[in-house]
Amino acid sequence: MIRMLQGEHITVRYGSRAVVDDLSFHLGEGEWLMLAGPNGAGKSTLIETIAQGVPYTGVIRWEGEDIRTMKGTKLAQRIGVLSQQNHVAYAYTVEEVVGLGRYAYKAGMFSGRDDMGKEAVDKALELTGLTELRRASMLTLSGGEMQRAFMAQVFAQNPQVLILDEPANHLDLKYQQHIFSLIQEWLKEPGRAVLSVVHDLNLARHYGTHAVLMDRGRSIAEGPVQDVMTRENLHQVYGIDVYAWMQEMLSQWE
Amino acid sequence: MPHSRLLRREQFTPVTYLMLTVALFFAMVLSICIGSVPISFSDTVTSVWNAAWGLPIPENIAKNIILNVRLPRVLCVTLAGAALSICGAAMQGLLRNPLADGSTLGVSSGAALGAIIAVTTGFVLPGFSFGGSMVMAMAFAFGSLILTLSLAYTLDRSLSTGSIILIGVIFTMLISAVISLLITFSSDHTRTLSFWTMGSFSGVNYDQTAILAIALVICGGILIRFSPELNAFAISEDNARHVGVHVKRVKMIIMITVSVLIGVCVSIAGTVSFVGLIMPHIARMLVGPNHKRLLPASLFSGAIFLLLADLAARTILSPVELPIGVVTSIVGAVAFVVIFYKTRKAG
Repeated sequence: MIRMLQGEHITVRYGSRAVVDDLSFHLGEGEWLMLAGPNGAGKSTLIETIAQGVPYTGVIRWEGEDIRTMKGTKLAQRIGVLSQQNHVAYAYTVEEVVGLGRYAYKAGMFSGRDDMGKEAVDKALELTGLTELRRASMLTLSGGEMQRAFMAQVFAQNPQVLILDEPANHLDLKYQQHIFSLIQEWLKEPGRAVLSVVHDLNLARHYGTHAVLMDRGRSIAEGPVQDVMTRENLHQVYGIDVYAWMQEMLSQWE
Repeated sequence: MPHSRLLRREQFTPVTYLMLTVALFFAMVLSICIGSVPISFSDTVTSVWNAAWGLPIPENIAKNIILNVRLPRVLCVTLAGAALSICGAAMQGLLRNPLADGSTLGVSSGAALGAIIAVTTGFVLPGFSFGGSMVMAMAFAFGSLILTLSLAYTLDRSLSTGSIILIGVIFTMLISAVISLLITFSSDHTRTLSFWTMGSFSGVNYDQTAILAIALVICGGILIRFSPELNAFAISEDNARHVGVHVKRVKMIIMITVSVLIGVCVSIAGTVSFVGLIMPHIARMLVGPNHKRLLPASLFSGAIFLLLADLAARTILSPVELPIGVVTSIVGAVAFVVIFYKTRKAG
């Protein structure tokens, strides 16, 4: 298995409190690594750390290279990040927002040409079901449509690794299934991997190949998803019998 | 079939450019024609055209008023309006805040303080009559920027837009207090100093106009070059980082560029408020928020607005001339309330 992204002893501190505490992970080709854990476990902070949005100690490597030393555009061509919170203040069209995903391919004083740009944007809009809304103002979209627009931006970026913080946010069940199946299909191409935060443990268990279970900034368990998301481990981090509760929820439908 | 209620029309076509150019031309000619001495449209056009091509100007035309008084003023007002407006548009995009403009960083107030200190201390540059106040205005604009950013950085190491605006507002209030103090204790210069706080283009010359033109070409060019980055910032700073923008570097370049341009404007015309806040909104209504179109449109809208404001300042109570900052503040405040109300209603 080729290791694409690797984090070693990552620590993020807000004041004296370690939000991510000496955490290590690795992401190999073809893997979908799920970050799971209760609120405040440090999952979103870890995502922002990988995106170089917060100061940290430790090292994150892309195929052996410290990503701190990589140019922003080079990193963006390899890693596409979807944030948990996405709002817009101005009336950009969906197409304009998705088109920003091509920034890394045309940034710079003398490299304004991006031959693949239009094709990539069109394809991303089609994949996320937004072709008809391509010229709609972002201010008029529902939460789910906006989430899909930012998802399309990440697809247009054409990265090798997707880093997704709650991709199911604001999506109804139909689009949850649609987007997760889409990511699963996307992952089948060689040289790709996904790392995502997913609160819904059913989705995490179903789509993930590997998982890191986090609690208070630390990794409680890591490895193949079925080995990590066990009844005992989930009980330990969530403080309730998750398995029994899910069974109870499911029994309503029988 | 697309949902028509959601579609935003692309409204910035070459025809829009043409219309804005024509509007700007007429605003400039109008500003030259109207004044304490009325001048006809044909005399104005003939004088400027002949002077531009080195042709003789007929004796019966008041060429001194046109070429030495009104033309440099009109050119300077045009450039200052364009400069302040493009700075506001850039700051509103960078800080993702429609209430931001150059003054949000305290740069305008800082520049005014620099110019006032130059006047009160008699600081001049040999052979460059207004060089002292210009250099001081630019230096203080830089200083204000660094101070605002340092304080914001101390408060919040990610330099988030909220922290910058908060510190900028506090800093502006502090500078205003210092300026008031200087005015109080400098009775000899009270009238001159009031100029820096309220703004005026009275008595500007071609040298000042040329310096402003050079600053606008360089700084405006830099800002337009960074249109894609400003679009990314206008979505969010995190989004900009995620698509590959070097966030800290681009932020610094844009802030420094804006402070230089505002420093030059303030040193020539004093503090002219509301142009950078209101005109980008008007431009955004015309062409949408994409900075590739918004920044050029802001140049036009700012220039036209300031020309009309200057015309009003010169003529409303003629022969008394109002400070232009008073006119822009009155018009700007009303326009701002209307825009704010419409935005809230639409939202």
